[in-house]
Amino acid sequence: MLAANFLLLAAVLFCIGVFGVIARRNAVMVLMSIELILNAVNLNLVAFALMNNDVDGQVFALFVIAIAAAEVGVGLGMVLLVYRNRRSISLDELSELKG
Amino acid sequence: MLAAEASDTVQGALELSSGFFLENLWLVAIIPAIGFALIMGFGKKLPNGGSEIGLASMAASLVVATGAAWQWMARVDSGDAAGEEALGLVQTFGRSVPRASEGGEAAPFIEPVVNTWVWWQNSGLEFGIGSFADGLSVLLLWLVAFISLLVQIFSLDYVRDDRRYTQFFGALTLFSAGMLVMVMSENMVQLILGWEIMGLCSFMLIGHWWEDKYNSHSALKAFFTVRVGDIGLLVGTAVIFFSSNQWAQDNLDSNGFNIPAIQAWALSGAWAIPGSGYGSTIALVVGASALFIACIGKSGQFPLHTWLPDAMAGPTPVSSLLHSSTMVVAGVFLVARIYPVFWEGFNIANGGLSFIAIIGGITIIIAALLAFVQDDIKKVLAYSTVSQLGYMMVGLGTGAWLPAVFHVFTHAFFKCCLFLCAGSISHSGSHHSFDMKKDMGGLRKHMPVTFAAWCVSTLALTGVIPFAGFWSKDEIIDNVGANGYTFLFWTGLVGAALTAMYMTRATYLTFFGEARGAAAGHHGDHDEEHDLTIEEHEPELATVGGPLAGIDAEGGTPKSLGAAANAHAGTDHDDDAHGDDHHDDHGPHESGKLITVPIVILAVLALFSGFANPTPLAGDALGFNLGEGVEVLKKYVEPRAVQVAIYSGDDHAGDSADDHSEAGSATVVEAGGPGESVGLVAAGALGADDGGESAKKVGCGRSTPAEGSVCYFPAVSHAVPTLGKILLALAVVAIGYALAISFCLAFYKRRDPRLVGLTERNKFANAGYKFLVNKYYLDHLYEKIIVVGVRGPLAKAAYWTNQNVLDGTVNAVGEGGKRTGEWIYNNIDQKVVDGAVNASGTVASETGHGLQSVQSGKINQYGALIFGAAALGAIALVIINLG
Repeated sequence: MLAANFLLLAAVLFCIGVFGVIARRNAVMVLMSIELILNAVNLNLVAFALMNNDVDGQVFALFVIAIAAAEVGVGLGMVLLVYRNRRSISLDELSELKG
Repeated sequence: MLAAEASDTVQGALELSSGFFLENLWLVAIIPAIGFALIMGFGKKLPNGGSEIGLASMAASLVVATGAAWQWMARVDSGDAAGEEALGLVQTFGRSVPRASEGGEAAPFIEPVVNTWVWWQNSGLEFGIGSFADGLSVLLLWLVAFISLLVQIFSLDYVRDDRRYTQFFGALTLFSAGMLVMVMSENMVQLILGWEIMGLCSFMLIGHWWEDKYNSHSALKAFFTVRVGDIGLLVGTAVIFFSSNQWAQDNLDSNGFNIPAIQAWALSGAWAIPGSGYGSTIALVVGASALFIACIGKSGQFPLHTWLPDAMAGPTPVSSLLHSSTMVVAGVFLVARIYPVFWEGFNIANGGLSFIAIIGGITIIIAALLAFVQDDIKKVLAYSTVSQLGYMMVGLGTGAWLPAVFHVFTHAFFKCCLFLCAGSISHSGSHHSFDMKKDMGGLRKHMPVTFAAWCVSTLALTGVIPFAGFWSKDEIIDNVGANGYTFLFWTGLVGAALTAMYMTRATYLTFFGEARGAAAGHHGDHDEEHDLTIEEHEPELATVGGPLAGIDAEGGTPKSLGAAANAHAGTDHDDDAHGDDHHDDHGPHESGKLITVPIVILAVLALFSGFANPTPLAGDALGFNLGEGVEVLKKYVEPRAVQVAIYSGDDHAGDSADDHSEAGSATVVEAGGPGESVGLVAAGALGADDGGESAKKVGCGRSTPAEGSVCYFPAVSHAVPTLGKILLALAVVAIGYALAISFCLAFYKRRDPRLVGLTERNKFANAGYKFLVNKYYLDHLYEKIIVVGVRGPLAKAAYWTNQNVLDGTVNAVGEGGKRTGEWIYNNIDQKVVDGAVNASGTVASETGHGLQSVQSGKINQYGALIFGAAALGAIALVIINLG
């Protein structure tokens, strides 16, 4: 079935993204991994839209892309500021919120 | 409304014109109200201390009031024109109705312009606030705005550099707003609102220089005395409301606070029918009496007149605005406004000797007698005001409605002018003293303008032809006699003679004879001697406390505190600051333009305002008959006693018109205009066969109105002046003048040994003099007997109750409360509440410690936890779904 292929691909992408978020130390790499996760979800949305012959999922995917762009913009801005302050973007050093 | 307009073509409509100012009459009152807020908010920062706002707001108010008066006259004219056409139809049906132009009473009722906004409602009862424009309210609105403006102009100079200059103008403006609200009130609640604002402003302004104990005492006395009467206002309003509310709802779709509804209810006669639920005769009499008690307090009638002379402790502009020309006529206005209540309640229609007439008659005489023993020029004028208010009340109490209102109008001008003259004298002539015997005399040479204005106003007050007071006061006296009150007729004449006498005495002492005290230029030490003098000094002199002689001697003039605080560049002119002219201007001189111009304007009006309604000129009494057209106030101010078909508001005008024709009532004219409609019923007054004698027996206020119609004003009769009565009145005044002038010359100038010291030699004269000087011992009665009598036992009873009942209860409750509190503290508070609080704290703390390790601050770990949890959730979902 065609949809199963899409879903499998999405699942793989999602896992890669999760791995990146958990394992990477570099903040930029984490952001990129988040993009992977979002795109995996987009893929799912488009696949289900195709399955159900309904355009809603695709529209929703478009919104996710737009919001992802904004989120990355904010995220990269923060990373830039963190770098300026600390000369490093390693997430291990950013543990000020430790309880 | 459409239906009514459609009926125009058939029956001839009564089209009434209206206009912007009539429809927006509320502007008259709202402008000074906003002005007051601006003065109090920003006045001190302005170059003229806020007085410019006060003047501007009063001028704007005057413009609106003038416009409203003009449009009201146009409205009456339009109604009369339409009414004559309509009444012409009546005649074709075989009824003889005298036209308005022929001197008949058939002029149509001119519907007032009413605008209401509901500000509070409860269980179907709506309290409105709004404007009510008819002849009476428009006349008084214009009068109040006009006098307020002139007095404020006068005050610019008079209170210049006063310590509380801004507050003074603020209070004056607020007073005007309050009076205007009251005059245009559409219901009793609004009337009470305006009435109380005026009382408050009166209190504030009498006590303007409260540093002086006498002034604050006078302010309190005025406030409390008027409050005694105000209880009557509340009681009367409540009684009338509960009596008339049902009728007003059933017939007029209104309520018992609405003034037109009260008027119509009183004239409907419905209260006389027992068991109708529309009130009772007793309720009407009680309501009318209670409302008149309020008027006794406010308008200084016997026996509550004692506050008014003491109110002269306030600055002179206050006396002239509040306590002579406008505020004190509020009581007269109230009686005139809901006249039907008094007309029916006191049975004025049938010549009943009413409460109002008796009180008014007593007031005329006793106040005039008191004016003879006053040394303070303002107190002479104050008692004169009380006496003149008595005339107005006598007029209203005997059915002479229009002459009384006319006297309000003319009296405002000449009495305000007299007070401003007194202010001018004290400002520039007698060095802030009001004592005629000690600090005045011979001032006519120094103050020619003030003297001329004073003379004109005095002639007007005493009723010399052709000055204003002649036309109004003699009309009252004439009508009182014509309505059958012979005793009051003679009382009025005696009062007129007394007026001439005491005014001659005051004029002689002030302007003639030799100069005394400050008028002669000696004023070094007088404020240590005279209590009366100090009340007109600025407070700074009283508070600084140094004897004036000392300041005078220094020559270099330390400016008084208030003057220094308020002085600013650009206001100096020759005789401005009080603080300066103690030292620069020795001796009397004429006042500046800001003071003389208002006085001259008022004097001109004191001369000519009587021609607003010169009834003798409308007939043959004086030889030249100018026709009814000269009686302007009669045409435009007096409501017409015509039965008006009931209609219920603008929205239902058409419906109700239909209702009446269906009901087959005697409606012959139905009228509709844009927004208002008036119908005339050809019954009662209109149906009278000859409109002459028989019209007195039927008609509004004399018989029950026809089915489906109401009256708003009783058919008052008007006396026809005769030459004999006019000559009698003038002769009485002339005798008064002659006696007084000869007495003054004999007593004050020649020091006739037969008169000087008479009060010491003659026991009878001495007793009379003492009785008058002590003001009939009324103040003793109030302050020593009533107040002490009430205060003593009441205080003792209150103290006993306090000690034994209240304290016992309080102590027991306190002790019980303390015991309970201790038990609760030990058991519940310490154990239960504190335990729970501590336990929850501990739990939170332990949980926090337990979860502390999770908060590593490492984002990767957070991510792992989130995704791990999501994965676990996903697995759980899969298992559940599979299972």
